[in-house]
Amino acid sequence: MMLAFLISLLLLQGDSFGPAASSPIPSEESFDIPEIIFGHIGDEYEWHITQWKGKPVAIPLPCIVIDGGLHVFTLHHAAENGYTLNENGKLVNAQSGKRPLDLSITKNVVSIMFSSLLLLIVIFVTARWYRRHDSLEEAPGGLPGAVESLLMIPHNMAKENIGEDYRRYSPYLCMAFLWILLNNFLGIIPFFPGGANLTGNIAITLVLALCTFFIVNLTGTKHYYKEIFAPDVPGFLKPIMPVIEVFSAIMKPLSLTIRLFANMLAGHIMILSMVCIIFIMAKYGPLLSGSMTLVSVLFGVFLDALECLVAFIQAYVFTMLSSIYIGLARSHGE
Amino acid sequence: MSLVTPDLGLLFWMVVIFGIVFFLLAKFGFPIITRSVDERNAKIQQSLKDADELQLRMAQWTQEHSRMLEETRKEQSAILKEATEAKSRILADAQAQAQAQADRILEKARIEITLEKESAMRDVRREIGLLGVQMAEKVLREELSDESRQKALLDQLIDEAHNAEIRS
Repeated sequence: MMLAFLISLLLLQGDSFGPAASSPIPSEESFDIPEIIFGHIGDEYEWHITQWKGKPVAIPLPCIVIDGGLHVFTLHHAAENGYTLNENGKLVNAQSGKRPLDLSITKNVVSIMFSSLLLLIVIFVTARWYRRHDSLEEAPGGLPGAVESLLMIPHNMAKENIGEDYRRYSPYLCMAFLWILLNNFLGIIPFFPGGANLTGNIAITLVLALCTFFIVNLTGTKHYYKEIFAPDVPGFLKPIMPVIEVFSAIMKPLSLTIRLFANMLAGHIMILSMVCIIFIMAKYGPLLSGSMTLVSVLFGVFLDALECLVAFIQAYVFTMLSSIYIGLARSHGE
Repeated sequence: MSLVTPDLGLLFWMVVIFGIVFFLLAKFGFPIITRSVDERNAKIQQSLKDADELQLRMAQWTQEHSRMLEETRKEQSAILKEATEAKSRILADAQAQAQAQADRILEKARIEITLEKESAMRDVRREIGLLGVQMAEKVLREELSDESRQKALLDQLIDEAHNAEIRS
């Protein structure tokens, strides 16, 4: 907990200075807060790192577009290839104004790759420790020890909520938990290579929730399907119950999607807003802006600490609910 | 609003990357770790149970041990006491027996002495008697002529006899 707090302090600094460096200096009146906030929580075709001597420092990323053929280019050369950005910052065909099939390696995709690679390395390092040591005789310290204790959280959830074949489902729950946790924390880190708002992106949470949905509904027991399509209810409810049950089965992943997405997005927006207050107040004189800076820094510390908590809780809740849904689908009746 | 519309490209990449990483980790990562940890947990659980059991048994042993020690000590003191008693009894018995033996021997000795003395006295008396008779013979033979000497001899003999009687 102490460590999390220290990290959040570190992060706060980054958060406070990050936008200062990466957003235009608010000397003019055109300090566009929605643009800054949505720029930070949205996706980009290049990874904007900071502003250096008035010029943006950004990593150009490949735009991959399938639109009657494969086109690969960077954002700088979008116009040459006949593409332009629409009002949402997405690539569109310059002539027709339509969205092509856009498989660009965006900031979020790079972030997925980076965090996945990090997760792979961390888990493989831990697994290697276990392969090389007699785990019956000694317990790991350092990284393997930390990963082990994190990993046993979803594993024990599987053990508690799913029946005897929990080992089949434990890897998915471990994967979901660690991936969400890692990306939640990476999202709080304000500077490269963190700072991408991955778990606050609905596409990401939708994929995660759909994984749970498919695992639940493709490995359900006969009893589970009977409960959905032919439940033991009085006659007049018989035609209604399947509708309700199917709706509930669809709502489960949807609620998983929205819960994680909204929580992480809200956290990012709150912190960014706190930081933005500093720049809004800049033109109201030193006294007002000074005192408001203090307030927003204090709130920023609080929100960052809160976000660390939320990052863990949301990963925990997502995994917990997934394991419960799987456990329900694996029940064999009383 | 682009915030709540999932982006197709991102969906595609997420599915691909998440799928690959999940496949790799589910095959080579998580099961190794979780299985090892489960095994270790089971072992620790077992060890704790064993230790508890052992402790219980140890306590029982200690109790048994102290009980046996106590019993032995009691037995030891009982034996010692008995031995002391036996010793004093034997001693007393032996003393009494020795006393009785000594008394008996003494008694016997005294009776014997008395008997000896009596027989000796009898002998002496007989001897004296004989001696008196012999003397009387001699005196009679020698002194029948001379009356005075007869008398003197008689006196002398009587004195002698008297002395002899006293001396014995």
